[in-house]
Order: sequence, then structure tokens, then C-alpha cells
Amino acid sequence: MIATLDADLFEIVLLSLQVSLGAVAIASIIALPLGALIALQRFPGRRAVVILLNAMMGLPPVVVGLMVYVLLSRAGPLGSMGLLFTPTAMVIAQSIIVLPIIAALSRQTIADLHEEYSEYLRSLGCTPMQSIATLLWDGRFRLLTAIMAGFGRAIAEVGAVIIVGGNIQHSTRVMTTTIALETSKGNLALALGLGVMLLTLALGVNAAALVISDTARRRYG
Amino acid sequence: MADGAPHTEEREYEQRDSIAKHPLLPLVARGLDFGINGQRIIDDVSFWIGSNGRTVILGPNGAGKSVMLRLCHGLLKPTRGEIRWGDMSVADAREQQAMTSQKPVLLRRTVKDNLLHVLRVKGVPLGERQALVDAALEQAGLTDLGGRAARDLSGGQQQRLAIARAFALKPKVLLLDEPTANLDPAAVRGVEELIGAIGAAGTKILMTTHDIAQAKRLAADVMFLNQGRLLEHAPAMEFFSSPKDPEAARFLAGELPA
Repeated sequence: MIATLDADLFEIVLLSLQVSLGAVAIASIIALPLGALIALQRFPGRRAVVILLNAMMGLPPVVVGLMVYVLLSRAGPLGSMGLLFTPTAMVIAQSIIVLPIIAALSRQTIADLHEEYSEYLRSLGCTPMQSIATLLWDGRFRLLTAIMAGFGRAIAEVGAVIIVGGNIQHSTRVMTTTIALETSKGNLALALGLGVMLLTLALGVNAAALVISDTARRRYG
Repeated sequence: MADGAPHTEEREYEQRDSIAKHPLLPLVARGLDFGINGQRIIDDVSFWIGSNGRTVILGPNGAGKSVMLRLCHGLLKPTRGEIRWGDMSVADAREQQAMTSQKPVLLRRTVKDNLLHVLRVKGVPLGERQALVDAALEQAGLTDLGGRAARDLSGGQQQRLAIARAFALKPKVLLLDEPTANLDPAAVRGVEELIGAIGAAGTKILMTTHDIAQAKRLAADVMFLNQGRLLEHAPAMEFFSSPKDPEAARFLAGELPA
């Protein structure tokens, strides 16, 4: 089945990657500086924010899907944009799911690194922006692991994309939604084939993350 | 004394004229207290340092030496008392100072990139950076190791890199916290030579050590700290030949602190 990779299947896998990579990219742009900021800045309610962020790592995708659905539905506040049942809607939903994961993990990474670097950075008179840039750069390999964790979550997630995407053929059908559909149709061969592919992808991504961070640790300490 | 400090032991060392040349001297501390969680770490310390020579804060482990250094650098705020560098506040003076820690804080980058980081943060123009990096590498004896990961260096090399990095922009004052703790004798020699060269170039050095022999080799004047109290502050020759404080005498004789 996998060997005779036809055009339809290729389309599905490609869209899966596009949606999840897009979501991870958008989430990272917000989550990395956010994580660093929370790690570095002292402000009232900081502990509560950290707890909330950690708790949000386990956001149920179905609930996120539902919230985005309400926002984007015709009667919703953003309904006029006509985004419901498009890949864009799926990217939005997955970004929301992934953002707390990347932010919480990067906050931990940056906080650990900051404990070690803070005296140097203060002695040098770094501005907050300079400190954040230094910490993000020096933590880049560990942050990559955080981003990979986010990607793993996004690519495997089905609840949100099926609600806001609708699993429309040639439009919003991704690997997970196809597996759900084909299983319910009794087409187990196709579902299993896609499942194997999804597993391979997730495994490959995680292996890559591990190799990268291990190599980096050996090279830069 | 002009500043009216209560300490009568203070001396204006031989190099009174060097003060005029040094914008951050004299370093004056008055009635410093520092405590955490009700525990007093620095206890009513006052001193006056006018000389541009190397000042060594000597004392056993746990005497409060590192805290003293951080108070002078402004990384910690005294619970009570005041520090002035020349006519500058500690915060203003810090811009013209650099400090290294007992365990060097090296970035997870190459040796060269560690040096470049300081230059970039301090806003050195792009065109001038390479020459400064090369000079710092040469001074630290690390010219061939510029491309190595900084944290892969040996302990002595790491400390030399940290000191050269601190000195890369020629600060007026260099504060060194136990620069040779946990180093073998050969590495100690390398670090001390570097400190000597920097001191000779006119930078005021304020350093801590628990190593009596090292203090003898490096100090122009010695501040003896024990249990958070400054028990004696004297020119090195005087301190080592005839310490006035009984605790200091016991420490120099190699006895364990009471």
C-alpha cells in the first residue's frame, strides 16, 4: 500500500505536513520569546502564569477545535473571514494546541540556562532583549527539542482538525482524519497503512531531535 | 581622612597620585552589612582602597569574600551601608568594570564566539571586533583554540578565557572571584601570569582567594576577611610579615579558624 503511493495519498500526507509545520512555525514565533520572557521577567502573578502554561500543555484538542469552530463559524466573531473548513482554520487550531507546549518547555530551558548565565549577563550590563537573544541562541538545540515535541503533538492530533477542517476530500483531509474515516468505513488496510506512515514520521522526527541535541551537547557542552 | 570614614586602620597607600589617573578610585565602603534569611554574611565592613595595585581579599572559605566582591560590583545590594567608586555609584561604575566567577560562566559557543559576545553586547563596531578577539586570544594563550567549544577547554584554559573575555574591552576595574580555585599548579601559574599582565597594564584588580601563597605572590594590599568581618587591611608586606589581627596571624600560621 505504502509502496504504491498514489496521488491522493501523497496529497493527504503533504497537507498534514503543511498544516502541522505551519502551526509549529507560527506557534514557535510567539512561544519562544514568550517562554523566555516569563522565564526572565519578575511580575505579579508570574507563578500563576507558569502553572497555567504547564496545565495548558494538556489542552484537549477537541475543545480547542470547538472553540476555534465557534470563532470561525458563520455566526461567530470571525465568521466573515470564511475560514471554517479550510487548511488555515486547521493551522489556527493546531497553533493554539502547540503554543503552550513550546512555551512551557522553552520557559523551563531558558530558566535553567538563565540561572547559570545571569551573573555574567548582569555584570556585562545586558539589556533584557540582549539577555533573551543570548539565552535563546545558547539554548537553541534544547529549544529545538521543544519545537519537535510540539510538532509531534500537532501531526498526531485528530480532534481539532476534524472539527475545524471537516475532513473534506482534496481540501482538508489529513492523515489522522483519513485514518478515522477509513476505520469507520471498515477500510482497515488503508487506515493501517496511513497509521504506519504516521508512526514512522513521528519516530523519525523524534529521532532527529534526539540526534541533534545529543550532537550539540557533545560539541558545545 | 577626607571622606570622614570611621575606620582608623585605613591607609592611603603610597600611590595617592594614582587616584588622579583612575576614575573609579578610591573605592570606599562604609558600614556594610549583608544578610540573607537573618544570617549575617557581611558584618559592618568599612574600607578605603586608593591604590591601583592588586587588592586581594583573603580569608577562609565561607568568610564572605565572594559576597564582598559582588557587593562591590553591584550584583548584590548591601542590607545597610554604602559603596562608592570614586565619585560614582556602584551601578554607574559597573559599566567600566568586569567580573569573573570562581566557576567560569562560558557560553555554549566556541572560544571566539564567547569573546565576540561581549564585544557585540557592548556595541563595538563590526570592523574593530576581529582585532580585539585576536588580541584577547593571544593574551590568554588560546590563539590556536579559537574554534573549539569553550566548555571543552581545560579548567585553566576556561579561566584564562573568562579573564581575557572580561578584559577584552579594557575595563578600569577587574573583579576576580577565586580565579584559581580547583586548578592544578601549572594552570594556576598560567592564570596568575595573565592577571599579572592585566594588572601591569593599569587595570585595578580586586580579587578573592583563600590561598595564602597566591595572595603573597599577587597582592599589593590584603584585606583579611573572617566570618563576614574585615579584621585587617594592610599593605601585603606588612600583613604577611607582622599581621596585627590574631585571627589573621592564626590563619597565616596555617591553623584552622576557630
